[in-house]
Amino acid sequence: MTTVDAVVIGSGFGGSISAFHLAEAGASVMVLERGPELGAQDFQHSFEFGSSSTRIFDFTAGDGMSVLAANCVGGGSVVYFAAMPRVPGFIFDRRGSLNRRLWPEAITRESLDPWYDRVARALPVRRHDWDEVSYAGGLWAAMCDHAGHTANPLPSAVDTDLCTNCNWMMAGCTQDAKRSMLLNYLPGARKAGATVRPLHEVQRIERLDDDRYRVHYEEIHPVDYRESVGSGHVDCRVVVVAAGAGATPVLLQRSADGLGELPHAVGRYFSGNGERINVAVIDDDAVGSTLGLRRRPGLAYGANQIGRGPVVSAWDNLDPAAAEFERFAVEQLYFPPGLGTVLADTGEAGGQGWFGLGKKEMLSEWASWLLLFELIEDDNEGVFGAPPERGNAERLSQQLLGRGTLTYRPRASTREAWARADAFVREVITEPGFGTVTPWTNDLVGAYTVHPLASCRIGDDPAISALDDTHELRGHPGIFVVDGSAVPTALTVNPSNTIAALAERAAPHIVERLRSRGVDARYRGTLPTEERA
Amino acid sequence: MGRSSVPDMATEDLPTLTVQQTRALEAFADTIIPGCKRGADDDAVAGVSATPGAVHAGALDVLRHPATGISDGIAEMADTLDTLARAPGGAGEADQARSFADLPYERRRALVAELTSRANPERDFWFLLALFAYMAYDSSPHRPTAEVMRDAGTGLRAMGFGRPDDDGLWRFPVASYARELAAVHPQTDENGNLP
Ligand SMILES: Cc1cc2nc3c(=O)[nH]c(=O)nc-3n(C[C@H](O)[C@H](O)[C@H](O)COP(=O)(O)OP(=O)(O)OC[C@H]3O[C@@H](n4cnc5c(N)ncnc54)[C@H](O)[C@@H]3O)c2cc1C
Repeated sequence: MTTVDAVVIGSGFGGSISAFHLAEAGASVMVLERGPELGAQDFQHSFEFGSSSTRIFDFTAGDGMSVLAANCVGGGSVVYFAAMPRVPGFIFDRRGSLNRRLWPEAITRESLDPWYDRVARALPVRRHDWDEVSYAGGLWAAMCDHAGHTANPLPSAVDTDLCTNCNWMMAGCTQDAKRSMLLNYLPGARKAGATVRPLHEVQRIERLDDDRYRVHYEEIHPVDYRESVGSGHVDCRVVVVAAGAGATPVLLQRSADGLGELPHAVGRYFSGNGERINVAVIDDDAVGSTLGLRRRPGLAYGANQIGRGPVVSAWDNLDPAAAEFERFAVEQLYFPPGLGTVLADTGEAGGQGWFGLGKKEMLSEWASWLLLFELIEDDNEGVFGAPPERGNAERLSQQLLGRGTLTYRPRASTREAWARADAFVREVITEPGFGTVTPWTNDLVGAYTVHPLASCRIGDDPAISALDDTHELRGHPGIFVVDGSAVPTALTVNPSNTIAALAERAAPHIVERLRSRGVDARYRGTLPTEERA
Repeated sequence: MGRSSVPDMATEDLPTLTVQQTRALEAFADTIIPGCKRGADDDAVAGVSATPGAVHAGALDVLRHPATGISDGIAEMADTLDTLARAPGGAGEADQARSFADLPYERRRALVAELTSRANPERDFWFLLALFAYMAYDSSPHRPTAEVMRDAGTGLRAMGFGRPDDDGLWRFPVASYARELAAVHPQTDENGNLP
């Protein structure tokens, strides 16, 4: 039988940062991660089934909302685009349609900044100059400028000296230019004694007595993730659940029998961070002549493929004085072929423009596409249904695709916010004649998100939050949730920096709980030193 | 660090398809991304496009691939396509169409639109079939991508996807206009964020 002080479920931002601090504090820590472990030497530039792009990625279709996430050691930090802005201060005052404060009083931008600063040092995160902005980002900036708007290079965790602008980030970075958890917190946690078990998928948590839990897992086949090849359990004093906002509520729901009643907010209030994608097909002559852009003779843009995901955001609509749901950001984005083009729609009459002859023609202009990524304030409409028998979803294919239990029906507040953001994109691109713009279809998989949030959220009001402001699960001392599910609302910016800062902030509280359970642990406030393979 | 090596995909027996089932699935894939006919007697491909489409790119290889999770069911789906094409009042005209591939492109398109629409309770299966047929064209997941890029006539080439370097990795050494293209938001702080 295995016993440790703390089990950490999942190894993304929340899991890795928690594991590091608990191990540094002197606790024995085991990280259970459902996905495989890959590093720079294993990542591949390939869409082939079974290459890193399908081994480390996860697409869970729901009813009205599909979630894209990671499935590997390092979690979303391995597949992400590393855009790392901080959240504008007004977000912390959001009230949503419930018209109640959604964030804990203790958390404001000011109180979170010291924790953001720590993340910035550890990864590191920095701001970028225009010569580090890809053509796609530059084009978006130039069009915003033409429409009388500002545009900001996004702070990121990419070392642009090492980056080759390959845009294969979703398959893992072969250059270690992208600062993932594999390069800092995870090796730091291991150095401090933590063990990491890849291909171990947690199924449920059971309460043993007043201060011990048992975490049950299955071992997953390294190729066919539908197959389990073993099972076991680990006993511990503290559990940190960090499986991501698409998974954490599912495994907590399945644990209800062994834990006792769960807070009402577990599996409710899911937010997709208000995401929606528009595709612009750019008129090269127009942007060349009007904006004076030149990539090379005779070509102004044609550079959809080049770069490193979203690097420029339009922030003029993040006005603190504006009403909730009227504030949004629009980032330029890249998505690779496959899942990144199938949802693009021609907008042709009769609908279903995502396939057929018109779609093929649209694809022939793929190099001239510019993807626009809207981040509005949604209204936390997502609800998880009863959990599947095992795992986070019913897995359909060997890797990558599953069918989950999330239902999402956007309210008018959210739909109107998307319409406002769509109108902004048309104002900047269509009206001056820079190209045609169509939204991704919602017919096929509903809305979709790469930023799942809020399905097990912090807050002061027990009626609408599952966790207190230390991230402890209400009514279940010793269980902490430290991942995107704890973030209470959509953010209007990419969330990882905030998930990481909240994990930094939660760490001393988790150590305190270990101490109260007799573990000789002390929070040290250290940061990992850089590791590179 | 105990990293795993790249394991091979599980090799199961590939599904066997009759000539007629292959024809129906090719016609389905050709409806998703249409192509030119492979020869004079090619009646699975409708031939509404002048350039190669999903079938040419290897749609059947993708659909039969065990990684998809649908390979077990595709024979039955092929039969269903033919049945629906024959159904009175359905997409085909009972006296003419004997199979899905007998339908003209517009009729095929209408039936696929119906099968993948939200109104169809069984749309999940059809969406997956459509998704994998689509991916054959735009990402060819049955083959290493660097190898795909050496073939003219694949979707990735038609889309203008760039070529990798000799080592099979993509690099874009020049990637920026390298000049200020907009004023940043006036409230931007020293870290590049809004307050
Ligand atoms: C393509 C893409 C691009 C993105 N780009 C950006 C970006 O530029 N900037 C940004 O801020 N954010 C980005 N994100 C989002 C970012 O990746 C997530 O917000 C972030 O990783 C969430 O962190 P987390 O700690 O909540 O969980 P995750 O990072 O998702 O980690 C959860 C981990 O738990 C594991 N797990 C799940 N279930 C179980 C289980 N039952 N047992 C054991 N382990 C389990 C998962 O495999 C995963 O490794 C991107 C996401 C995607 C998909």
